Amino acid sequence: MIKQKKARLLQGNNACAMAAIDAGVRFFAGYPITPSTEIAEYMAENLPRVGGKFIQMEDEIAGMAAILGASLTGVKAITATSGPGFSLKQENIGFATMAEIPCVIVNVQRMGPSTGGPTSPAQGDVMQARWGTHGDHPVITLSPASVLETYELTVKAINFAEKFRMPVILLLDEVVGHMREKVIIPDVSELEIIERKRPVVPPDEYKPYLDDGTGIPAMADFGTGYRWHVTGLNHDENGAPAGKAEVVQSQLTRLFNKLRPYYDEISLFKTYKTEDAQYLLISFGGTARSAAEALQTLRKQGIKAGFLQLQTIWPFPEGTVANLCKNKKAVFVAEMNDGQIIGEVKKNIENKESLFGINKINGELITPQEIVQRVKEVVGVC
Amino acid sequence: MLKDVEQYIRMNRLPHIWCPGCGNGIVMKAILEAILDSRLDPLKTVFVSGIGCSSRATGYLNFDTLHTTHGRALAFATGIKLAKPELNVFVVTGDGDGTAIGGNHLIHAARRNIDLNVILFNNNIYGMTGGQYSPLTPQGKSATTAPYGNIERPFDICELTKSAGATYVGRGTVYHTKQLTELVKGAIQNKGFSFVEAVTVCPVSYGRRNKLGSAPQMITALKDNAVNVKAAQKLEADQLAGKFLIGELYKETAPEYTQSYDALIARFRKEGDAHEQ
Ligand SMILES: Cc1ncc(C[n+]2csc(CCOP(=O)(O)OP(=O)(O)O)c2C)c(N)n1
Ligand code: SF4
Repeated sequence: MIKQKKARLLQGNNACAMAAIDAGVRFFAGYPITPSTEIAEYMAENLPRVGGKFIQMEDEIAGMAAILGASLTGVKAITATSGPGFSLKQENIGFATMAEIPCVIVNVQRMGPSTGGPTSPAQGDVMQARWGTHGDHPVITLSPASVLETYELTVKAINFAEKFRMPVILLLDEVVGHMREKVIIPDVSELEIIERKRPVVPPDEYKPYLDDGTGIPAMADFGTGYRWHVTGLNHDENGAPAGKAEVVQSQLTRLFNKLRPYYDEISLFKTYKTEDAQYLLISFGGTARSAAEALQTLRKQGIKAGFLQLQTIWPFPEGTVANLCKNKKAVFVAEMNDGQIIGEVKKNIENKESLFGINKINGELITPQEIVQRVKEVVGVC
Repeated sequence: MLKDVEQYIRMNRLPHIWCPGCGNGIVMKAILEAILDSRLDPLKTVFVSGIGCSSRATGYLNFDTLHTTHGRALAFATGIKLAKPELNVFVVTGDGDGTAIGGNHLIHAARRNIDLNVILFNNNIYGMTGGQYSPLTPQGKSATTAPYGNIERPFDICELTKSAGATYVGRGTVYHTKQLTELVKGAIQNKGFSFVEAVTVCPVSYGRRNKLGSAPQMITALKDNAVNVKAAQKLEADQLAGKFLIGELYKETAPEYTQSYDALIARFRKEGDAHEQ
């Protein structure tokens, strides 16, 4: 493997793959799709070198299924895809949620709907990451804005998947995935790496869906003598299919709420000059770069703007957004879609008339100038 | 004999959901007897299934068991086997699960020759959802979605998996239970993709509608219509009309997928060792 800990030019997708291996991922299954393919290629090249496994499956449904099978044997597993492939993965993402199987799904977003623009940047899958699979369910989604953040958040995503025993979605976009930046990758020894909780009880006492007080049951590796049942059906604490309303209610209540006590830990964001800000920019992913640049320009021009960069998209950081939006003259949400995150902001902001979207859906980036211009238009009338 | 295989059953999960007269229990017992005879370590044995009546078998089996999504059992099983090749991995699937929605996974798993033992419960119908036609419903038979008779042509699923690359292919029935057990044993022995079509009966969602009689009558009909592959060699084409072949249909050796992958890993290990010296 390439030597660590020196500055080098790295592509976002490669940083993601490298981070996954550093965080202990030893299994990748997927299907090629632009703009995510470099992740699969990196894995195909490097996993066998560290004793890991790579397989190119017949489609994305199979890729998703295979990583769940691998994860059940105790191996950290990841897949990567983009729009159309992300759609195909949804059914088994639901299975992973229901059966509580750790895994990470990287979606390097491209323009949709359908085949859309394979190499055009977009951020249109925010809501699909939240609600793509059917039924109520908890979800964690992280979205990096740079190559270094891609490395860091990939490690986080894998840790969250293991800790919370669930699928975690990493939303990249074409900008971040294909961008090359000079970065210094941390040494593996410096990384905090989390392993899933395994049972400490003997096999005959093991209950794979029993709440031990943390909301996250221990998970046994297949082939270690625990002989447990995994199903996507409603099930009881033993994993046996269950139809009784009380049992279903209690298991699903635990499932839907299992992240609640950990929101602070999961909620990742960065703020810039928000202390004295009268105007707030909110953005994430590739668009956050333009927003950060716009912030500098606005400040230089004497406009007291601040910037909130969301790294965790789901669960939506409601408290943070509500606090930072308070008493602002105006709030701007910049995103490469027709307005998805802005809806969440709207739910958490008092003065809804002072909320403005900066959107673009033509396959081009939102430029810093466009953000500056929109803010100045509004400031002019404020 | 049932007593011997009880160790492989989660007795506390019974009664099962299958209808009286359903052939699924017979197939399940044949599989368990094959496991017993082959002395497989139950702690290192995994069963994976899709969705359907037959796929519910995993819930009753005392191994690590995985009841997946409709059609996807083979893709999940591929992940398990590749991640941990030392496990004995079985796949239990129905004719709808395995050849319609899961048909693509079936041919690709066979093509890779990955060491999975697949037992496809062929009851010629979608049992669980109440009797819709499947890719293995014979032409002319009635189904809720083929109320005027099925006009589609069925697969010969054994021929299909063989052409796709399976290295062990057999067909048995719930009448010929000893042979079915032997076929599953053959599948276990084969280090590669093994496929056993277990022809079974669904008196409720298929038999009733097609006036095939009671469960025993349906099972007896299997006896009348099945011809052993060896016996068939001596028969003329017209004597085989309307019959189907049972027995070990195909066997060959070819590189197994997870072994090939492990060889790749070993190559890098060697290179690493050489580098250190
Ligand atoms: C994606 C999806 N589509 C459809 C269904 C509904 N469904 C459940 S079982 C089944 C058919 C099962 O038939 P088969 O595999 O032949 O098994 P059997 O019940 O006959 O044993 C269908 C269509 C489903 N569960 N999931
Ligand atoms: S519907 Fe048919 S296949 Fe399903 S349990 Fe009943 S008899 Fe068996």
